[in-house]
Amino acid sequence: MPYWLDLMLQSLGPLLWAGLVFTVPLTLLSFALGLTLGFLTALARLYGPRPLVALARFYVWIIRGTPLLVQLFVIFYGLPSVGILLDAFPAALIGFTINVGAYTSEIVRAVIASIPRGQWEASYSIGMSWSQALRRTVLPQAARVAVPPLSNSFISLVKDTSLAAAVTVPELFQAAQRIVATTYEPLIIYIEAALIYLALSSVLSALQDRLERHLARSSGTLEAAA
Amino acid sequence: MIRLTDIVKRFGDLEVLRRVNVSVREGSVTALIGPSGSGKSTLLRCVNLLEFPEAGELVLGEETVRFTGRPPERETIRRVRRQTGMVFQNFQLFPHRTALGNVMESLVVVLKWPEAQARARALELLEKVGLAHKADAFPAQLSGGQQQRVAIARALASSPRVLLCDEPTSALDPELALEVVEVLAQLAREGSTMMIATHDLRLAASVAHEAVLLEAGEVVESAPARELFTNPKHERTRRFISTLGIDAQLPEARCATP
Ligand SMILES: Nc1ncnc2c1ncn2[C@@H]1O[C@H](COP(=O)(O)OP(=O)(O)OP(=O)(O)O)[C@@H](O)[C@H]1O
Ligand SMILES: [Mg+2]
Repeated sequence: MPYWLDLMLQSLGPLLWAGLVFTVPLTLLSFALGLTLGFLTALARLYGPRPLVALARFYVWIIRGTPLLVQLFVIFYGLPSVGILLDAFPAALIGFTINVGAYTSEIVRAVIASIPRGQWEASYSIGMSWSQALRRTVLPQAARVAVPPLSNSFISLVKDTSLAAAVTVPELFQAAQRIVATTYEPLIIYIEAALIYLALSSVLSALQDRLERHLARSSGTLEAAA
Repeated sequence: MIRLTDIVKRFGDLEVLRRVNVSVREGSVTALIGPSGSGKSTLLRCVNLLEFPEAGELVLGEETVRFTGRPPERETIRRVRRQTGMVFQNFQLFPHRTALGNVMESLVVVLKWPEAQARARALELLEKVGLAHKADAFPAQLSGGQQQRVAIARALASSPRVLLCDEPTSALDPELALEVVEVLAQLAREGSTMMIATHDLRLAASVAHEAVLLEAGEVVESAPARELFTNPKHERTRRFISTLGIDAQLPEARCATP
């Protein structure tokens, strides 16, 4: 067995473990929480009272205008000086959630706004309230349109979680750094880490594909196009 | 009885309806005609409170809504909308629901009927518009005429007191328009109360009992349909009717030219 393959196989266990215990939960949790935050932010911007609109815009402005790595440093290294001490994982989770929230709020806002006014009016005309129209008519249609851009955010997030290494979360990339520190084989080990990220995002892309197909089928657009 | 009294509606500085009076007898069909921009759609939308008039009064059965420039109470809006159904020019079916799902929606979501009962009622309505066999089709799989017939069934689901139709045939080819006209004529024969804004003389003449000509937000003439179409009192009405006649013949005229 060639040396590089042997090394890769030996480090595969620790790398996968770090991915399974830190990268995957960090990604899933921060995406779920971030999307919720993004949804609420989008609603605030579209339908909230003026102060809430301003607050939502301010939030999106700050987060989109500053680097994610700097945001993570402020939370993990900066906040302790005002007495807020967080462990590495919760600090990273908060950072990623806030970041995902800002980006997805823009996506959610755009897709909700893209649903024609006539769909709201048709809902009102059959007696629905605003929240019924939102829930039954607008969101199901918006969700379909949102799948591709949200999947994009999700796949970016998987890769961005490697930044958590910088705030001492022992996730996949940090595990790789540790192995490099003892083996002095950065090329082999970092390529291996890259391949694992690639595998993760490929799985997500495949899932996105299936979801899109499923949604298209359930509104008859596939058959209609065929 | 549906009665609109002295309805005033403004969009910014533009006064779109100027003290409009229209009343519709229960069981009768009123056609709203008039040039583009005369306020037909706006008037219909005032009846189900998709627009709030600045002044005037709406009587809808037992419900009386007096407009003061402020939005009516939420409860009032809800009651008015439950007593009205609307058919839109471009159908506005819910694309993510089947024909059956579209018709069931108000019964299940608004009136909270049990699923099975709503399904039975929805199928009955699809039967009535001749589309029971398309119950499981999505809007994207239906022709324009079929979509509009589903939209009519959807509007009828909660048994509204009045059906408001805003140019129900004008997005359709003449042939497809005909199937929609037939459905509306059938409803008229069965005694449904309707207000129909239309440029389609065939629709107005074959379905309406009364006709109202609007121009620039004012009622020019209001009379039994036959009388208004064949023997209008006002010169303005005569001129407008003649433009409609030419419009209706236009497709044939075009075919005839080499
Ligand atoms: N939401 C709105 N905001 C501003 N102006 C509006 C709005 N809706 C309608 N209008 C204006 O009100 C006037 C009447 O419009 P309306 O749609 O009621 O006319 P209509 O008789 O239905 O015309 P058409 O035959 O073209 O459908 C028009 O001048 C139109 O530009
Ligand atoms: Mg109109």
